[in-house]
Amino acid sequence: MEYTRAEIINGVWLTHIRSDKFKTACLSITLLTQLQRESAAMNALLPLVLRRGTARYTDMEAISRRLDELYGAAIEPVVRRIGEIQCLGFFASVPEEDYLPAGADTLRGTCELMGQMLLAPNTRGGLLLPDYVDSERDKLIEMIRARLNDKLSYSVSRCIEEMCCCENFAVSRFGDEESAAAIRYQKLTKQYRNLIQTSPIEIFYCGRAEEKRVESLLRDALSTLPRGEIDYDIGTDVRLNALEETPREYTEQMNVTQAKLVIGWRLGKAMDDPNPAALRLFASLFGGSTASKLFVNVREKLSLCYFASAVADVHKGVLLAYAGTEADNVERAKEEIFAQLASIASGEITDEELSAARADVKSALKSALDVQGALEGFYLSAALDGADYSPEELSALVDDVTKEELVAIARGCECDMIYTLTGDGSEEDDGEDAADPGEEELRAFEEDENGNPDEEI
Amino acid sequence: MEIRTKRFDNVGETLQTAVLDNGLHVCVVPKKGFSSFFACFGTYYGSVQRSFDLAGVRHDTPAGVAHYLEHKMFDMPDGDNALQSMTATGADPNAFTAYDETVYYFHCTEHFEENLRTLLRFVTTPYFTAETVEKEQGIIAQEIRMYDDEPDNAVYVELMKLLYKTHPVRDDIAGTVESIAEIDADTLYACHRAFYTPGNMCLCVAGDVDAAAICAIAEEMLGGEKGEVPQPVVYEENDAPEKLYTERVMSVSAPQFLLGAAYRPTEGDVLRERIVARLAMRLLCGTSSPFYTRLYGEGVLNRNFSYGTDFPANTAQLTVGGESPDPQRVYEELLREVERIASEGFDQGAFERAKRASLGARLRGFEDFDSVCLTCFDAQKLGYCIFDAPEVLASVTAEECRDFLARTLRRERTALSVVRPGGK
Repeated sequence: MEYTRAEIINGVWLTHIRSDKFKTACLSITLLTQLQRESAAMNALLPLVLRRGTARYTDMEAISRRLDELYGAAIEPVVRRIGEIQCLGFFASVPEEDYLPAGADTLRGTCELMGQMLLAPNTRGGLLLPDYVDSERDKLIEMIRARLNDKLSYSVSRCIEEMCCCENFAVSRFGDEESAAAIRYQKLTKQYRNLIQTSPIEIFYCGRAEEKRVESLLRDALSTLPRGEIDYDIGTDVRLNALEETPREYTEQMNVTQAKLVIGWRLGKAMDDPNPAALRLFASLFGGSTASKLFVNVREKLSLCYFASAVADVHKGVLLAYAGTEADNVERAKEEIFAQLASIASGEITDEELSAARADVKSALKSALDVQGALEGFYLSAALDGADYSPEELSALVDDVTKEELVAIARGCECDMIYTLTGDGSEEDDGEDAADPGEEELRAFEEDENGNPDEEI
Repeated sequence: MEIRTKRFDNVGETLQTAVLDNGLHVCVVPKKGFSSFFACFGTYYGSVQRSFDLAGVRHDTPAGVAHYLEHKMFDMPDGDNALQSMTATGADPNAFTAYDETVYYFHCTEHFEENLRTLLRFVTTPYFTAETVEKEQGIIAQEIRMYDDEPDNAVYVELMKLLYKTHPVRDDIAGTVESIAEIDADTLYACHRAFYTPGNMCLCVAGDVDAAAICAIAEEMLGGEKGEVPQPVVYEENDAPEKLYTERVMSVSAPQFLLGAAYRPTEGDVLRERIVARLAMRLLCGTSSPFYTRLYGEGVLNRNFSYGTDFPANTAQLTVGGESPDPQRVYEELLREVERIASEGFDQGAFERAKRASLGARLRGFEDFDSVCLTCFDAQKLGYCIFDAPEVLASVTAEECRDFLARTLRRERTALSVVRPGGK
């Protein structure tokens, strides 16, 4: 794999990875902006509206038809947040020309279409179409409400909202319902013009095409990109301490059969000069794999839950642990989760636990090299941090992390919020309906950040 | 034992297959230049094989045994847990139980052979005690509870109950909190003895590996004994559903739905029928179909929409699901569209574009080690090869797709399952 990174247009950076091993290329274009309550919904709405129709391919059917012609190339609108930066854009998956009939110019076609979506939307009198804006706004509101449908991610996002109530981190990547409902096409057009002029733009490509070819296709596709003064003043505010002396607690009731427990900590002084390798290792040791403290103790030893895991947001400096359990067992699960963090803080880390966590983090980084979506996420996140390491380089740093560093991270954690979702007594309990559509996973929670391009096998 | 190697230059893939003396089927997909490995080892035994004869003795087992067995297979006699031993090397092991298969697998980037040995050993080493079996009940009960709260799961389970009156695919794979309480160590030993024999199993590997080395390891770990392969129970079911609608209330943001029809899959060219099914569904309701784009524009459908073709345990279902303020309207519009297609056929331009898109989607699918191996696992049993798909796809006609839809998605066979918002 050959890696290059260059600013190809003012404020537009291309990360290019040449690799022959894939059958589809990956191309993403991402506008970066500060995540804020007032603008989050509007920003989130933009890629959805832009994907509805361009000046040339005026509606969704025409766009889909064009993508079918390009052998099922997929261009999906993507909205995510990394720390307190909102990332908006498009993620494309492009079948490589080597496996297609002669003349299949899929990369050029995809670059052109993506450029048109970004810069030449279907407008009337210079304004985004009210029809498209209204329809996508209503769908955005449906998406915001739909977080309720997955009780675990609902609980995780509610815990963050309560814990970081005074910070931008509490704002969902889609913004909130109230500000979404207030969006009109004039306002959105203004925000669109503003964003394409001022946002730093990250482009990622991984595939068979040489850097020169990709750069030249992108320069053509983005030739009308208006660039004003680029707003590089975006970032994530890290709060080192809990809001109150004792952790806040919040319990919510709903028609559910299983209770969900989510605990949030501030990573504290580890965020003064964060070491990403150490933080990843710490999260893996605590609750990142089936060899972790939480899985082995809360699930396997105590049989309290089907899942008990932890994740660290290394941009924001927040650690979250979560589990699903019987309402009667919430207290025991909570005690055990705290006990496991305390055990790390007191240095109770066996060589086996440490080496399993090291192997877990290194393996995850190495396997990212084989999955384009994972590479894209890795490099976007690195670009935001101003870091220039590759997954291999970060993996090598994992070996240098000492047990003392992990102990120090655990000691610095300050619990800030304990969130519980529990039944409200209205749920039926006939024991009759349970199972899955054919597959079960031992670990339950992973946020799906990218769109899922159509895959058949 | 002979290793057969077949190259598919049109898609840049190679498939190596072998049948060991003990009856185990091995499929290897070499992936040069990749640092990851994926291996899955499983048995063609799942939730539907509840009753079977073993050494002349009839066994009728509680619902959820196959899944319970899956959970308990990771325990080793020396007190180790295979999940933890594999994770210790950085591997990411997991397993799933479906209607007619139970599959154990891992991803890794280092120590591939060591992990492969662990996988083969633990799956063929039953070790259960009254205590360990009982302990798992709490964990599985929580798993069942978790699914209880998932609307996607609810619409699926309820749809299957409408579509099948007696076939065990209508029952939940994990069983119920009550049924799993009846499971003991003896039940698990009997099921393992009956179904975890090499002749009823398959090993599939993708990565930068050598098929000969994998076969040698499998022979060494599993021995040469060819176990007795249980005869599959054949379930007959072909009646139209008695009821075509069901609904439940859960705390969801908007109505969630899944509609679908069951049909009896072909006993002939399985691969072709599956490709026709995918392509026909793409044409009917894929993202470029008039059906989807129109209802999307009208606010009846949103991005939470998908269609499926599933073939568990010698059954077949076509499904369409998502979120909608008016699921009944989606149902009506879809059936009307099928009727229109049945009489007018497909537009030839749209058909050719759908074939292109399907080819691209298949190339994308070949990228994914997990789906490649898990599909090889299914395909081995049914006797087809996944890398033949692009060639077969090229020969599929619009008439085949039209006839398929007209035959399967008939009004009297298509049911609708809805979860409506309620409670908080």
